[in-house]
Amino acid sequence: MGDIGHGDRVKVVKDKKEFFGALMPSVTDFVVIKLDSGYNVGFAPEGVTMTLVEKGASLAEKRLPRPVRPELPRLNIISTGGTIASKIDYRTGAVTSQFDADDIIDAIPSLAEIANIDGTLLFNILSENMRPESWSELAQCVYNEVRAGADGVLVTHGTDTLGYSAAALSFMLQVPVPVVLVGSQRSADRPSSDNVVNAICAAVAATSDLAGVFVVMHEDASDDTCLVHQGTRTKKMHTSRRDAFRSVNASPIARVSYQERSLRFLCDHTDRGGCELSVRPQIEPKCALVKFFPGASPAIVDYYVAQGYRGLVIEGTGLGHVASDWISHVKKAADVMPVVMTSQCVYGRVCDRVYDTGRDLLSAGAIEGDDMLSETALVKLMWVLGQTSDRFEIARLLKTDVAGEISADATRTRSTFEELP
Amino acid sequence: MKEHDYKKVGLKAGLEIHQQLNTTSKLFCSSPTELRDTKDASYEFYRYLRPSKSEMGEIDRAAIEEGIGTRRFTYKAYESTCLVENDDEPPLEMNLEALKIALQIALLLQMQPFEQAHTMRKLVIDGSNTSGFQRTALLAAGGYISLSSGSVQIDTLSIEEEAAQIVDKDVYSIDRLGIPLVEIGTAPDVATPKMARELALAIGTILRACKVKRGIGTIRQDINISIAGGARVEIKGVQALDLIENIVRLEVTRQLSLLKIRDELQERGAGVGKPVEVSSIFAHTASNVLEKKHVWGLLLRCFAGLVGKDIQPGRRLGSEFADHAKKRGVTGIFHTDELPRYGITSRETEALLRFLKAEESDAVVILADENVKKCVEAMYAVMDRAKAATEGVPEETRRALSNGCSEYMRPLPGAARLYPETDVSPIAVPTALIDRIKAHLPERLDDRMHRYRQEFLLNEELARQIAWSENSQLFEQVMRLWAGPDGSYGRDEVKDAATFVVRTLEGTIAELKRDDVPVDRLTRESILDVFRLVNFKTISKEGVPEILRSLAECPTKAASDVAAELGFVMLSKPELQAIVDDVVQSRLEFVKAKGVSAVGPLMGVVMKQVRGKADGKLVNEVLRAKIGSVLQ
Repeated sequence: MGDIGHGDRVKVVKDKKEFFGALMPSVTDFVVIKLDSGYNVGFAPEGVTMTLVEKGASLAEKRLPRPVRPELPRLNIISTGGTIASKIDYRTGAVTSQFDADDIIDAIPSLAEIANIDGTLLFNILSENMRPESWSELAQCVYNEVRAGADGVLVTHGTDTLGYSAAALSFMLQVPVPVVLVGSQRSADRPSSDNVVNAICAAVAATSDLAGVFVVMHEDASDDTCLVHQGTRTKKMHTSRRDAFRSVNASPIARVSYQERSLRFLCDHTDRGGCELSVRPQIEPKCALVKFFPGASPAIVDYYVAQGYRGLVIEGTGLGHVASDWISHVKKAADVMPVVMTSQCVYGRVCDRVYDTGRDLLSAGAIEGDDMLSETALVKLMWVLGQTSDRFEIARLLKTDVAGEISADATRTRSTFEELP
Repeated sequence: MKEHDYKKVGLKAGLEIHQQLNTTSKLFCSSPTELRDTKDASYEFYRYLRPSKSEMGEIDRAAIEEGIGTRRFTYKAYESTCLVENDDEPPLEMNLEALKIALQIALLLQMQPFEQAHTMRKLVIDGSNTSGFQRTALLAAGGYISLSSGSVQIDTLSIEEEAAQIVDKDVYSIDRLGIPLVEIGTAPDVATPKMARELALAIGTILRACKVKRGIGTIRQDINISIAGGARVEIKGVQALDLIENIVRLEVTRQLSLLKIRDELQERGAGVGKPVEVSSIFAHTASNVLEKKHVWGLLLRCFAGLVGKDIQPGRRLGSEFADHAKKRGVTGIFHTDELPRYGITSRETEALLRFLKAEESDAVVILADENVKKCVEAMYAVMDRAKAATEGVPEETRRALSNGCSEYMRPLPGAARLYPETDVSPIAVPTALIDRIKAHLPERLDDRMHRYRQEFLLNEELARQIAWSENSQLFEQVMRLWAGPDGSYGRDEVKDAATFVVRTLEGTIAELKRDDVPVDRLTRESILDVFRLVNFKTISKEGVPEILRSLAECPTKAASDVAAELGFVMLSKPELQAIVDDVVQSRLEFVKAKGVSAVGPLMGVVMKQVRGKADGKLVNEVLRAKIGSVLQ
């Protein structure tokens, strides 16, 4: 087939019938061409002859010029990949992220009506390929942009691990402007994608009076409103729906109207400028999240100890329980590393003072994760271990609300008479 | 209307036929394919759509014209609606039942299936698809169909998703979205309107031999028409077969008229100005179509008399301008060929002409709206259309109107509207599968008709009627009652039964429906039960309409109970003999006087008492025997 490449116009002859079209990438060994009607069809390779008719245009993207509105606030878009910036990889036939930040701005030109946009391409990966080290890098990048004068930062991110990254940024950054993570559930290559509504609403939130780290995604199946979630409280609760992201154990911070480009607060929040900018990106990635299930072997705990792990989150049942045969293993672990209990119920607070196994866990040295999401607890544990190696400081930080991850009234049960004013 | 010389005008027409398939579930999800009453919608949601680029990096022109991300669409959903239909979940793999039916149709049309089918996304952002595209796969090419007026090539057959049903402006109901349909495209081999109709009928006949949906809206024809010097125009949404000839004829009329207008415009040296705001002229107007609105005008140099010129019955060149303006959201246009009118005074008209420096040979178009942006966009659209008038017939997609005329819909879509649906894997169509489908192709309706004539001795008219009907399977099921072991039913008996069954299925039930009897509630099983009673001679044929009526009204009742309640259960022979005895005994004098010829008059007397409960033949036989014995 010589130097025939994708996009070239070819003639395919099969069973004495001729077909003309552009040669397309194929995921199987079939020869695939795009007919003049726009349809793609495939031919089994046996007995196919293909000849070049003329060289075609490459399959490269055509770019539109970017409008500039210098009187608007400065918004920096940090692109990390994900569906909001994805299009089809015609070689594998699957959706991958190939866009850089400029592509996002090209794809959603109305962003330019809200802010003067700069783009930073940090990663180009699907979010399942993010690592704790990536969170540190991302936090540093956000810090640099805010220090350089950005009035808000938008982080485009794959939705799969968006909640983890949002929690990590929440712990690592103290920030006087809004930092908004946004993604899309339905790929950007479909006219019905949620990417435009999410990005516009995220830009509204990122130029609003908020300060802190947030997630902005669809509120329901319609394109009318998005919710602003606290970065440490957000969980992806559905594989495919637009409204997959929910605030757990907390109210969403605000609602954004897509049509009106306006934001309405739903609960208390930190105002823009309400704190100093700082970054603490150090992290200890050697931590694990273990899910307990009926009959689960406690040997998994021993494994992490033996492997030299530095911290463990156990996602227990109900109020935060594991089977009695785990207690001695948890004790051994807790002697050498922090062990945090969370609940697979997702909603509600862990309380290990109600039933025997809970009390046993506490005396074994486990720390109640209060009403933190398991994922947030894991990220927090990594971050805390990155900040200090002092046992008591670690325990204190884990029990303290650092970035809205624990409801305020959680501290009440821990108060002592000495601490009273 | 005078008929065109189609050969001389160089008519070329082809059909695109869309037929819904009667599958249990939709093409890419498990939802049912039944249509719903929008009153039963259980929730709705709202979306915006934006055109996306094809893998070649282009945006389709037709998609751009449908508006970019500004229309808020409402979708009505039902308890059976799933996340795939809401475009909130990736599609399932293609429905294989639908694929099989589509391949059957392809093979019946002598087409060659492709070895690997690729599901594509066809960009449709008018709101009729929640995703913003219609999933479609080209399955076969290169077939033909023979007609009395010549042979027509069948170019393409694709399988695709039906669009959502529009209920109101920008409001869609999801029930219809995703029902499988085949799209059959013919070559432009059609040379006359009559041939177009014949072609549609012939393809329709093949479709009806397969498992397809029946009834209004389940089949739609689009017609591609061009004439020499004209342009390819696609007319969409022709639902009735009878409209096809008229559509073709009137499109030829339109294109010929547009060509004539073009010649005239070119001869006059016509030109088109730029949109200008003329609101000040109408600042104090009494016309309620203009007051308190922005008014924009457009000078059409040397267009006088032509804007108001008929191009189709009831449609003028101005109507074409208005179609484009309406597309941008204004209510319509006014032009100086028709002014003063609509409360616009002759003074205002003159002021308008003066303002635009129009001369006698010129025309001016105006339009108005509260929204100035709409005005400008609409006027630019009119300007483009007016320029096209100086060049001839524009290529475009048009919507069929019920009188055979058509109105502008959007530009012809290009290849850029198709790009791969990567959520669905390519489907290999192996030769073995094709061979298996080939070996079990559905019976062609002509063959079925001939079989009915032979098996059931039906006359041609009734055989054709039932062979083409969606009741044909039910008919065969009923007729199995009259099969029995060889010889147990005589040829006449089978013929009578078949004739009766066809008349009931195709005639009686339709008549009951006309009387507002809810015949849709009759189940296949209850209809079979009624014919079982006829077959057992428990009831007579005369009772069947009334029994069906009652069954439709009370679908929970058993057919035999209904027959008993209505008194349609047949008399036994002794019961009948007793009634005949009574009648003859009370008229002994008459019988003796008339002799054997008393049978005729007395038949009427007896039948009056036993109608619906006894077979006329049997009554005749018993009466004859009784009179015979009395006379002896």
